Amino acid sequence: MNDQTPITTGCSDTPVLKQRGQREVFCGLTGIIWLHRKMQDAFFLVVGSRTCAHLLQSAAGVMIFAEPRFGTAILEEKDLAGLVDANQELDREVSRLLARRPDIKQLFLVGSCPSEVIKLDLARAAERLTEIYNPNVRVINFSGSGIETTFTQGEDACLAAMVPMLPNTNERELLLVGALPDVVEDQALQLLSDMGISKIRVLPAHRVDAQTALGPNTVFALTQPFLGDTHAELIRRGARHIAAPFPFGEEGTTAWLRAIADEFGVDQDMFDRVTQAPRARARKAIQAQAKILNGKSIFFFPDSQLEIPLARFLTRECGMKAIEVGAPYIHGDLIGPDLELLPKGPVISEGQDVDLQLDRCRAARPDLTVCGLGLANPLEGEGLSTKWAIELVFTPVHFYEQAGDLAGLFARPLRRKSLLTGFHPNMQAAE
Amino acid sequence: MKLTVWTYEGPPHVGAMRVATGMKGLHYVLHAPQGDTYADLLFTMIERRDHRPPVTYTTFQARDLGSDTAHLFKDACQQAYDRFKPEAIIVGASCTAELIQDDPGGLAETLGLPIPVIPLELPSYQRKENFGADETFFQIVRHLARPMEKTAQVSCNIIGPTALGFRHRDDIQELTALLFDMGVQVNVVAPMGASPSDIARMGQAHFNVLLYPETAEAAARWMERDLGQPYTKIVPIGVGATRDFLAEVAAITSLSPQVDDSRLRLPWWSSSVDSTYLTGKRVFIFGDATHVKASARIARDEMGFEVAGIGCYNREFARDIRALGKELGVDSLISDDYLEVERVIEELQPEMILGTQMERHIGKRLGIPCAVISAPVHVQDFPARYSPQVGFEGANVIFDTWIHPLVMGLEEHLLHMFRDDFEFHDEAGPSHHGGHMPKDIAAAADPQKTVLLEDGNVIWLDAAERELKKIPFFVRGKAKRNTEKFASEKGVNQISVETLYEAKAHYAR
Repeated sequence: MNDQTPITTGCSDTPVLKQRGQREVFCGLTGIIWLHRKMQDAFFLVVGSRTCAHLLQSAAGVMIFAEPRFGTAILEEKDLAGLVDANQELDREVSRLLARRPDIKQLFLVGSCPSEVIKLDLARAAERLTEIYNPNVRVINFSGSGIETTFTQGEDACLAAMVPMLPNTNERELLLVGALPDVVEDQALQLLSDMGISKIRVLPAHRVDAQTALGPNTVFALTQPFLGDTHAELIRRGARHIAAPFPFGEEGTTAWLRAIADEFGVDQDMFDRVTQAPRARARKAIQAQAKILNGKSIFFFPDSQLEIPLARFLTRECGMKAIEVGAPYIHGDLIGPDLELLPKGPVISEGQDVDLQLDRCRAARPDLTVCGLGLANPLEGEGLSTKWAIELVFTPVHFYEQAGDLAGLFARPLRRKSLLTGFHPNMQAAE
Repeated sequence: MKLTVWTYEGPPHVGAMRVATGMKGLHYVLHAPQGDTYADLLFTMIERRDHRPPVTYTTFQARDLGSDTAHLFKDACQQAYDRFKPEAIIVGASCTAELIQDDPGGLAETLGLPIPVIPLELPSYQRKENFGADETFFQIVRHLARPMEKTAQVSCNIIGPTALGFRHRDDIQELTALLFDMGVQVNVVAPMGASPSDIARMGQAHFNVLLYPETAEAAARWMERDLGQPYTKIVPIGVGATRDFLAEVAAITSLSPQVDDSRLRLPWWSSSVDSTYLTGKRVFIFGDATHVKASARIARDEMGFEVAGIGCYNREFARDIRALGKELGVDSLISDDYLEVERVIEELQPEMILGTQMERHIGKRLGIPCAVISAPVHVQDFPARYSPQVGFEGANVIFDTWIHPLVMGLEEHLLHMFRDDFEFHDEAGPSHHGGHMPKDIAAAADPQKTVLLEDGNVIWLDAAERELKKIPFFVRGKAKRNTEKFASEKGVNQISVETLYEAKAHYAR
């Protein structure tokens, strides 16, 4: 079932197809939707337009309840007339907000396209406001604008902005970087501490009080591939990166854990003792789904930067055949180990010209297409099976216990299609 | 600056998208940064369209800023024409592109495309979605429609329906049938379903039916002046309004307003004794002005409710709503701040809310029944079944929709008779609202409270129980059952984290 291709023939040397044109992707503001759930004492205040507020509302869907911990300070005509005024306006809105929400300890001023284009200096505003609200509230600025960030890069920009503020330490500690669902984070911490690695911190932490420290003896591992800027900031602070494939599937999780275990001198016996049972469970759970996925072809539109590690998992552990793997950005340094493992064959593309990419997708007629919500129903309408990419960011999918679920996310649309065949006129045409 | 969480309306370019997506053979080239394509999913997901909206975005990025963006726009425009071969193109800027001041209209003109190119000026920092739709449709009509000889038979245009409109799809069908019964043919429905060449022949209709003033009033006024077409002022939502609308059409056309109303059931349903309990129920009505006006009349005159308060979020119609409030003797709220709406509802304590998706959330929070009467709405209000608001069938649909969330008459009677009974006590609420279960019963039924398995005597260890709680609540029950079943099959009597995941892997088949 697993692809036995030797790893030396991976995709590291495959030339990357780079295209510029219309991009059908989310902006970085979308990251707020999951980041605010993770950081429970934080509020995300977007400084932007009605479009930004509308985007957050559309992406958050039913999550907009009575008092969410994010909102938009909508720029009005008078804010555009003079910049001094805009700063005063911002201060007033922040004071109203913090008076209403005294539980907030971290306030993120999130830049948007409009605020970037009029060059509203939110970094200085954050400094000014930090002075005013010190020590109760820390105000941090990052940009989630579409002109600078794509979807998950919003998390990268947020975490990168937090790094320079972390206190110093000389302790030899492991730092896990990337916002994971709580259940997944706990599993990762458990596995590592079972191997005897005890001093572990996470970024982002649940609350600002538990915030981690950082220094020249810190080593860090990334749990998500889209953290390029955060990676650079951490290195700037003297921390060292443990390169590894990303922890998707049994193989990815094992390789990720192995890299950390090597760094901390964990012997093979200990490693096997800790990982053997969960590895067996993961393989078993994947196998059930792989029956459906084996031999099926898959096409990735760019969305989250998770595409390459996921393609690696689906091809090697589920027997799928990748036709094109598109990513919004490819950070060679971070994604290298995954590219090396990804069997040769697929087109690797970076960036997008959506109409041309749709032409390629239609010509290839893949069994499964991973794409955004704007493309999914139109492609289903043409008889192609799709998997919404955004779900992969919200659902627990990392590490051993979720490996079967991860494969299941891809198997379900195919199973559904086989159950419903015959109802939609285009479905027969697709056979 | 204004702090906002909910917005009732999107930015004006989303209104333009609603017009473009509703139409056929029209393409919209939108100068906008990467990310603004999020709006596509409103159409593909909420309205479940099986085609991409006909919109090409320039999706410029930071590196493009400077002189490059104008080029980008021209390329995008030319490519959109080459690929989609539309009959006409509309061009405009989103909020960010408005700031960088490329001139989409001027740039598109220099391309010399062989089709009409219609520039849109949509001030993003002052106006909103409905204005965007209204202005876009007006510009399209103004550019394409011309005075023409009228059709031999009496005909009209139906104007206002767009993509992402609340029940627009079925309202068109109901209204077309109603007009057909009177002997009026529909010339063009626009923007929904119309192509630019259809717009060009709108002039041959005798008059216009202005179905939704929010999205087509500017076009209606222009056509009245420049094409000599009167337009209807009454929106036929509700029985009384439908009859008045038919009379209005009769006055314009000299046709008889008598049409077949044999399938109209609201008046009898509302008169039947089972509806007596509806008398004087206090309702608060909020939404877009058109649906609020229609709903207030139905609530008072056709359902026998007491209107406790009204309001709308679109300032363009503030004067109308204030006048109506005065007539009803209630305060009217003109606001797009949902916290203010929530405050007013809390103050008024109505027995029912007629509102938008936001009011549905407010109602849920305050424990007040709510029915949806207006956009913005979510996916469940784009139903598969036929559900117009307009005309006689619309009245039937409205009757059912509004009374559904209310406690049934008999149930209410029982609540009073047996107010101390645990199943019928005051806070029990309607039987079909699971969320209103009495608190003590809900607590007792909480599956997390039980540590012991009733029959098999299996114990959840603390760590495993904590792990179980991390599982999303909607699958937690299943995970718990499966794990316990797995444990008892294996003869394990203590469930550890390990057991939990062993079971998960076991059932992964």
